[in-house]
Amino acid sequence: MSDTHPDQTIAQQASGIASVQPVARRQPIIPGTKDDGTLTEDPGLRAPLVLGDRSFGEITDIVCGYAEAPMPKIWLTAFTITASIAAIANAMIFYLIITGVGVWGLNNQVDWAWDITNFVFWIGIGHAGTLISAILCLLKQNWRTAVNRAAEAMTIFAVICAGIFPGIHVGRVWMAWFLAPVPNANGIWPNFRSPLLWDVFAVSTYATVSVLFWYMGMIPDVATLRDRAALRLHKGVSRGFKMPMPLGNGLALHFMPKPDQIRMFVYGVMALGWRFSSRHWHRYEKAYLMLAGIATPLVLSVHSIVSFDFATSVVPGWHTTIFPPYFVAGAVFGGFAMVLWLLIPLRMVLPNFSDLLTLRHLENMAKIILLTGTMVGFAYSMEFFIAWYGANEFEFAAFANNRVNPAKAPYWWAYWTMITCNVIFPQVFWFRKMRQSPLVIWIVATAVTIGMWFERFVIIVTSIHRAFLPGEWHMFFPTWVDILTFVGSCGIFLTLFLLFLKFLPMFALSELKIVMPQSHTDDHH
Amino acid sequence: MDIKSLINDAKSLGADYFPMLMRKSAPKFVTESGNAVYGIVAEFSETPKVFSAAKKVRDAGYSKWDVHTPFPIHDMEEAMGIKTTKLPLMAGGAAITGVCIAIVLQWGTSLVLYPTVVQGKPFEAWQPFVPIMFELGILLTAFMCIFGMLALNGLPRFHHPLFSHERFYRVGNDRFFIAIEATDPNFDPIKTKKLLEEAGGTDITLIEDVD
Repeated sequence: MSDTHPDQTIAQQASGIASVQPVARRQPIIPGTKDDGTLTEDPGLRAPLVLGDRSFGEITDIVCGYAEAPMPKIWLTAFTITASIAAIANAMIFYLIITGVGVWGLNNQVDWAWDITNFVFWIGIGHAGTLISAILCLLKQNWRTAVNRAAEAMTIFAVICAGIFPGIHVGRVWMAWFLAPVPNANGIWPNFRSPLLWDVFAVSTYATVSVLFWYMGMIPDVATLRDRAALRLHKGVSRGFKMPMPLGNGLALHFMPKPDQIRMFVYGVMALGWRFSSRHWHRYEKAYLMLAGIATPLVLSVHSIVSFDFATSVVPGWHTTIFPPYFVAGAVFGGFAMVLWLLIPLRMVLPNFSDLLTLRHLENMAKIILLTGTMVGFAYSMEFFIAWYGANEFEFAAFANNRVNPAKAPYWWAYWTMITCNVIFPQVFWFRKMRQSPLVIWIVATAVTIGMWFERFVIIVTSIHRAFLPGEWHMFFPTWVDILTFVGSCGIFLTLFLLFLKFLPMFALSELKIVMPQSHTDDHH
Repeated sequence: MDIKSLINDAKSLGADYFPMLMRKSAPKFVTESGNAVYGIVAEFSETPKVFSAAKKVRDAGYSKWDVHTPFPIHDMEEAMGIKTTKLPLMAGGAAITGVCIAIVLQWGTSLVLYPTVVQGKPFEAWQPFVPIMFELGILLTAFMCIFGMLALNGLPRFHHPLFSHERFYRVGNDRFFIAIEATDPNFDPIKTKKLLEEAGGTDITLIEDVD
């Protein structure tokens, strides 16, 4: 700000159009406690969803301020790290393509390992976003407005990471078009009776609908960003372009267009000329509700179909009817953990964030973690019970001897990591104090994310590493390429998420305004 | 749904996307600078005020007018007298189309073009075809929901006379606007302005339609 004339700075703040955050509220609403006033247990009181008695203008300033402020140093640091990790993934994928899938630790027996584990892990992460935006929308859960945009973004980035693995695990990547419903050179069509082809349709439909849902929700908010940039240009208070530097102030580049000019163009194209017309809003809301209505069965179908990849086979440990609901519950469980894992640090770093994402929001999500974690725990025990009760010795062996029993199963540690992280850790949320502590929630979310990766590893690798004949028994050992590809995919995910945080509205602005008391048409507030 | 309303819909779509093909009628009102008048815009600062003002404009018998608000206001359809949209019907049509495409694609390829015996399962089984029927139905419905919504709204449309009004840039922030178009048969620069003043609007401005 040193090159701005002080009068101009004052003028910016006075006209309310400068991209500065409104004054952050440092004190908790109830002095002497950590309570922000949203944790009321009185059913007669409705907890406020936006804190600090904010006006519409302040909410706009807060949310748009994140996208308009110059890149903070912490963001640049984080972005540099994650982008470097993402580059490792690209290098590993390139190495795999020019060499072959032999660079992974796969063998004749274990022909699906980390690749498909990562695929199911990432696709499952995505499900929380759709659950928040679609199912909670149909259930009229207004608290979703604070998290839906970030969760939907996370969904899309997770689906991108998921899409990488089945694409590259086929070996000859240039033949991946065989997945498409077109005949090959010999006139042979893909087999529509195969769950793997159902999976192609389910995941690609899911990715498309998620992107559309996310984009449609963002149209009014990018229109707000467009209008703010245009207003600043009209008033002549736009900042010049500054190249961010590792140390000190940014380097002013006068030949570059002003950031507001770029914004007006890019956001302007993205907003499609949205002008906040009530006639448009009417159709928009109808379309949004219908999208929520169809996204709900879609999200349930996607992980069901992913589970068919396993359940329709005859491999002991895979061949179970419980898989579809078990996979869906696990996906929601892991996805919510990832949402919390990403958003809790943001509450600490970004100013005013905790006014929009209150302790109540965290507590509600912790309750969903507890519910779905218990469902997953029930599925684990039911799977084991049926393996015993069904009296199929191979199925029982797949559980008892290949997974659970430390004396016999080489992968017992994977199984018990999964149980500890997914079943035991979430139990702390039975206690109110634990559900209300962001630190505890973040630790549990970390555990659940690890546990859900191990769940997929346990299901996939421990079921196939020992076939019916002991001569076919092989262990799976990941190579460095396996490990770095997975680590790199986390880098891709975080890089995309950081780009989203910096350049797009990370809260659903128009929806936040609906849940504020000033949006009511009568005066009873 | 009669023929007339369908023709009107088609005309308004044409005006939105292919303005160069539509014959323009001579403007009823022209400003001193010679530009056609687009309409009159009034600004409001609170939700209840714009809501009651919208009811007044509706009761005054206007048809070509709009309320611009930063968020969808509950019950605004009634306050403005907007008829419900045909979008659900269109989405239903898209869903049926998607399912039909999936049926033709799967039966056609698996039974006619390249019948394959898979694990000895019968050709006439319909069950394995259900997932893709479902997915394609959902996909086309989603396309219709968003692209149909945009088409009915006449979007994308990057230029609009309202964007020439500087105060209108706050509509995405915290301001509410009522715009009455000059093409409305009831439009009269003086009477319409008076109506908006009485309804509580501030900064009432005449907007020009500059080509």
